[in-house]
Amino acid sequence: MNWYMKPSMTERRAMPPRAPALLETGLAGETVLLDPAGIAFLPDSRTMLVSDLHLEKGTALSGRRNFLPPYDTRETLLRLAVTLARHRPAVVVSLGDSFHDGNGAARLADEDRALLSSLMAGRQWVWISGNHDPDAPAGLPGDTASELCIGALALRHEPSAGSPGCGEIAGHLHPGARVVQRGRSVRRPCFAIDGRRMIMPAFGAYTGALNILDRAFHGLFDPQEMRACMLGQDRLYAVARNRLIGD
Amino acid sequence: MLGGDGTPPYLAGVTDAPAALVEDIDSVALPRRFRLWFEGRGWQPRPHQRAVLDLVTAGRSALLIAPTGAGKTLSGFLPSLIALDGRPRSRPGAAKRGIHTLYISPLKALAVDIERNLARPIAKMGLDVSVETRTGDTPGHKRQRQKLVPPDILLTTPEQLALLLASKDADRFFSDLQTVVLDELHSLVTSKRGHLLSLGLARLGRMRPGLTTIGLSATVADPDGLRRWLVPQDPPGAMAEIIEVKGGARPVIRILESDDRIPWSGHSARYAIADIYEEIRRNRTTLVFVNTRSQAEMVFQELWTVNEDSLPIALHHGSLDVGQRRRVEKAMETNSLRAIVATSTLDLGIDWGDVDLVIHVGAPKGASRLAQRIGRSNHRMDEPSRAILVPANRFEVLECRAAVEGNYLGAQDTPPLVDGALDVLAQHVLGMACAGPFTADALFDEVRRAEPYARLAREDFDQVVAFVATGGYALRSYERFARIRQTADGTWRLSHPSVAQQYRLNVGTIIEAPMLTVRLARSQRRSGPLRGGLVLGQVEEYFLEQLAPGDTFLFAGKVLRFEAIRENECFVSTAADTEARIPAYAGGKFPLSTYLADQVRAMLADPGTWSRLPDQVADWLRLQRDKSVLPDRDNLLIETFPRAARHYMVCYPFEGRLAHQTLGMLLTRRLERLGARPLGFVATDYALAIWSLGDMGAMAARGDLSWAALFEEDMLGDDLEAWLDESFLLKRTFRNCAVIAGLIERRHPGKEKTGRQVTVSADLIYDVLRTHEPDHILLKATRVDAATGLLDVRRLGEMLARIKGRIVHRDLERISPLAVPIMLEIGRETVGGEASDSLLAEIADELVHEAIDD
Repeated sequence: MNWYMKPSMTERRAMPPRAPALLETGLAGETVLLDPAGIAFLPDSRTMLVSDLHLEKGTALSGRRNFLPPYDTRETLLRLAVTLARHRPAVVVSLGDSFHDGNGAARLADEDRALLSSLMAGRQWVWISGNHDPDAPAGLPGDTASELCIGALALRHEPSAGSPGCGEIAGHLHPGARVVQRGRSVRRPCFAIDGRRMIMPAFGAYTGALNILDRAFHGLFDPQEMRACMLGQDRLYAVARNRLIGD
Repeated sequence: MLGGDGTPPYLAGVTDAPAALVEDIDSVALPRRFRLWFEGRGWQPRPHQRAVLDLVTAGRSALLIAPTGAGKTLSGFLPSLIALDGRPRSRPGAAKRGIHTLYISPLKALAVDIERNLARPIAKMGLDVSVETRTGDTPGHKRQRQKLVPPDILLTTPEQLALLLASKDADRFFSDLQTVVLDELHSLVTSKRGHLLSLGLARLGRMRPGLTTIGLSATVADPDGLRRWLVPQDPPGAMAEIIEVKGGARPVIRILESDDRIPWSGHSARYAIADIYEEIRRNRTTLVFVNTRSQAEMVFQELWTVNEDSLPIALHHGSLDVGQRRRVEKAMETNSLRAIVATSTLDLGIDWGDVDLVIHVGAPKGASRLAQRIGRSNHRMDEPSRAILVPANRFEVLECRAAVEGNYLGAQDTPPLVDGALDVLAQHVLGMACAGPFTADALFDEVRRAEPYARLAREDFDQVVAFVATGGYALRSYERFARIRQTADGTWRLSHPSVAQQYRLNVGTIIEAPMLTVRLARSQRRSGPLRGGLVLGQVEEYFLEQLAPGDTFLFAGKVLRFEAIRENECFVSTAADTEARIPAYAGGKFPLSTYLADQVRAMLADPGTWSRLPDQVADWLRLQRDKSVLPDRDNLLIETFPRAARHYMVCYPFEGRLAHQTLGMLLTRRLERLGARPLGFVATDYALAIWSLGDMGAMAARGDLSWAALFEEDMLGDDLEAWLDESFLLKRTFRNCAVIAGLIERRHPGKEKTGRQVTVSADLIYDVLRTHEPDHILLKATRVDAATGLLDVRRLGEMLARIKGRIVHRDLERISPLAVPIMLEIGRETVGGEASDSLLAEIADELVHEAIDD
C-alpha cells in the first residue's frame, strides 16, 4: 500500500473557492469591509489594507542554518493575489512589517519579486514602515510612509497609546482570539475592533497570533464595545469580549 | 537483582540453550574467584548464563530471551567481568585503556540500578573493574573525566551513545570496545529510539568489526527480528545466536469477580474499587497498574475515599513532580507502602522489592504486555506471580478473559518491528558529520547494516543528506549557509563548528508533548494577582487547551480548579468539589492487539465459551443473539437503527480505536457523498458508530447504498489522502518529525519564553510545505509515521481485506444490546477533533441571540 507516495493537492486547489462573506463595519464614521482572508477594504477610496506580511520570514533564520521551507513568501503573495482579484483596489496600503527584516527585500527569489511586481502594477501602493522594516524595501516600487490618513482614519503600524483622536487602523500586534465551546478550543487570527480603532490580523503565511487578552492589548479598546472578528473559512465570526478565553 | 537471593541454582521447568548450539564452542572455565563467589552463595551459573558466556567468549553475538528473575543481568555482564579480570595489569605509564563494555538501557533509572547491583559482586570478588553511568543527569566535569579516563564498563542510554559517537574522538574512545549489552531490547526496538540506537550500533560495528552484542529481552513474538537487529546486516538476514529460557513458574491470574454491576462502557472501574481495596488489605504490597494517567488519578482518589484503615497507598505516573516520584520510589524500596497506583512508568525492569500482587485495572490490550506487567510482582522465577485483572466494562471482560487464556498459552503479540524512520536518519547523518567527514557511499553502506534501515532506498538516503545540508528544497535558497558541504574529494564535511553545537542540543527522538507546570496559586482572591505556590507536576498543553477558567479537573490526587496560564505555568487552586467537571480522556493508550481482537471475536462466536464469563456478561451476549446476531470470527456485523430523530450505524471490527477512528473519518466522507448526511461518529477499541440524518438502513434496502462498496478497500486510496491533507493528526506528527530531523529546534526548559508569535509554528510550516513541495522528505516521513502510529492504516487494510464478501447487516427497530456500550460513549467523546468553523458559528449566533434579547 503506497498511498502515501503520491500526495496530490491538485484536486483541492482546483475546487472553485466559495465567495467569502464580507463583514461591514463602521470605524469613526467610515465604512470598512472585513474579508475573512484577513484584509480590510475601504470602499469609498477603493483602498485595500493588509498588515504584517512578514515576507521572507522563512529565509530570515538561514544565516543561523535554520532552514525553514522558503515558500512562505510565495504562499503569502498568492493569497494576496486572490484578495486583490476580489476587491480590485486602486490603492493598497501595507501596514508595516511587510518584510520580516531589513534585508528581506534583497533576499526575494526572482520569481517572487516578479510576482510581487505584477501585483503592484497598475495601482498605487504604499509601504508603511514597521519595526521589522523601518526603511523602504530595497529595489521595489511603491511609496513609503510612516503613517497615512484616509478620510477620518489614521493608518499606522503600531497602535497609538490611549484613545485615538480620530479613527485608527494599525497592525503590529498580530491579534488572535480563542474561544472554548463544548469542551473544544478554537483559536484564530482576528480583527480586534471597537468603534474607534481596529487592529488588523497578520497576513503572512508564517505569522502566528497573540491572544488579544494579552497585556499588550491593554488599554487599547473599550471592553464593552470590543469585538474579535475571528477569521473563518468563508466568513468572519464576531465574538464579544466576555466570550473570549486567554491562552 | 543479580542471580536473585536464595534462588536454587537450577530451576525446575527451565529449558535452556539447546546443547547443539553450544557444542561447537569450547566451554569457558570459570576463573577461581568467580567459582568461589558462586559457591560462597550456594549457586552455580545457570545454563543460559554459561551459554551466553561461551558464545560471547567465542566472539559471537547472542540474544537472551528470559523471564524476569532468570538472572538476565548477570548473564549480560558475566562474560565482560571474566574478560576484564583476565586482563594483564596495565603498566604504569601505559596508555589508558578505553571502554571494554557498553551497556545501554532505555531508562536512566535502570542504568543507575544496574550500577548498584554490579558494585556488589565486583566488591565481593575484589575485581579490578570500574563501572560508571553516563546519562543526561551526569555532571559536565564527570563527562569530561570519563572521556579522558574511561571506565571499563559504561552504562548509558541511546541518546548518550549518539552524542558520544558524534564527537571527533569517538574512534579513540571506543577503540578497546569488545561488547555491547542491550537491556530491555524488546521495548527499545519498536520505537524511534530503537532506530537511533540501531544506527549507533552500525557505527560501532564499523569501528570495531569484531564487536559482540548481547541482547536481553522479554519474550517477543518475532525473536528473529531481534536477532537480526543485533548484528550487522551484511549479508542481509544475518542473525545473532539465540538462547531462550522458557517458563518460570506460571503466573496465577484471575479476573476480579465483583457482585456489583459491570458497567456497559467507560474506563473508570469505579464499581470495583471496594474489591480492589479488599485485595490491598489482604496482601503485603500491591501494584495497581492502569493504562493512562487520568485512570491512575481516578483510581487513586477512589481508593482513598474508601481507605478506612489509612493504608499507605501512593500514586506514581510520569507527569508528577520528580521529587514526589522519587519519594514514592524510595518508600517502595523500603517496603513502607501497601499499594502503589501506577502507569507504564513502572513497566520496565526496575526492582521494586516485595510486590506480592499485581492488579491490572482496565484491559491489558495485549497478552505480552500483560505478561510483562505481571512480571513486576515477585522477582523470583520459581514462585508464581499473582495477578488480578479488573475489567472496566463489559467488552473488557471479554478482552481480559482472552488475555488470561493468551497468557496461559504463552501467546505473544508484541508489536512488529517497523522500518527505520527517515527523520531519525537525518539526525544521525548530521551526527556522523559532526564526528568527521564521510562519503555518501560509505555512510549509506554503514546505515544499511542496521536492521531497521537494511531496506533503505538510495534515493531516500540521498534526499536525507540533501535535507541535512540545506533543507533539501527544490527552491535552492540556502546553498550559501549549508550545514554540511560536499568538498572536492567527494566527502561531506561540517561547514561550521556551531552546527555540532546545534546537533548536541537537538539530539534524541523523544518528543514530549508540550507540557506546562501545574502550580497551586497562593492568592485565591478573585482580583488579586496570582502568585505561585507548590508545584504539583506537569500536564500536557493540549489538555489545558480545552479548559476555561473555573473548570475543574483531577490531577496529583486532587480536584483542581483551573485559574490561568502565566508564561509556561498553569495556575490552579484546590476545588471544594469532589467530582471534576472535565473528564480527562481515559481511553486506552495502546491499541487492542490483533491477537486479542481475534480471541475476543472467537469467544463471541462460540457460546460454549460463555460459561467462563460472569453471568451478567453471558446474559448480555445471549440477549444480543436473540435481538440481533453475534459477529462471528471472520465477518463484519453492521447494525442500523433509528434513535431520537437520528439514524445510527454501528459496526464491530474489533481492530482497535486508532483503526476505527480512521475508518470513521473515511466512512463519513463516503456517506456524505452518498447523501446520507452523516453528523458524527465515535470509535472504541471494539466498535464504530456513525450517526446521520439519512436512514442508512433504508438506503441499503433501496439499493442506494451498498455495504460492500462502502467498505471497499479503495477507501485507503484517494479518500485517505484527501482527508490526511486536512488532518490535525498529521500536523502533530509533522511537528515531531521536524524536531527529530532538526528542522525545528527543540524547546528547552527555561528557553521557552520566546512566545507563540515569535517562533514559526510547525502547523504553519506544514501548511506551506505541503502546498509547495508535497514530495519533501519530511512530509514523506510524516505520512509513514501517521500511517503506522496514529491511523493504523495497515491494520485497517487487513481488516477490509478480511471482511470482503463477509458483511452481515441487520436493520433493527431499536438499539441492540451489543451497541449499548458505544452508544454510551457518544457525547462523552469529542467527535473528530478538527477545530471547526461550526463551533465558531455557534458562538457567533449566541451573540446574535444575546443582542436580540437585550
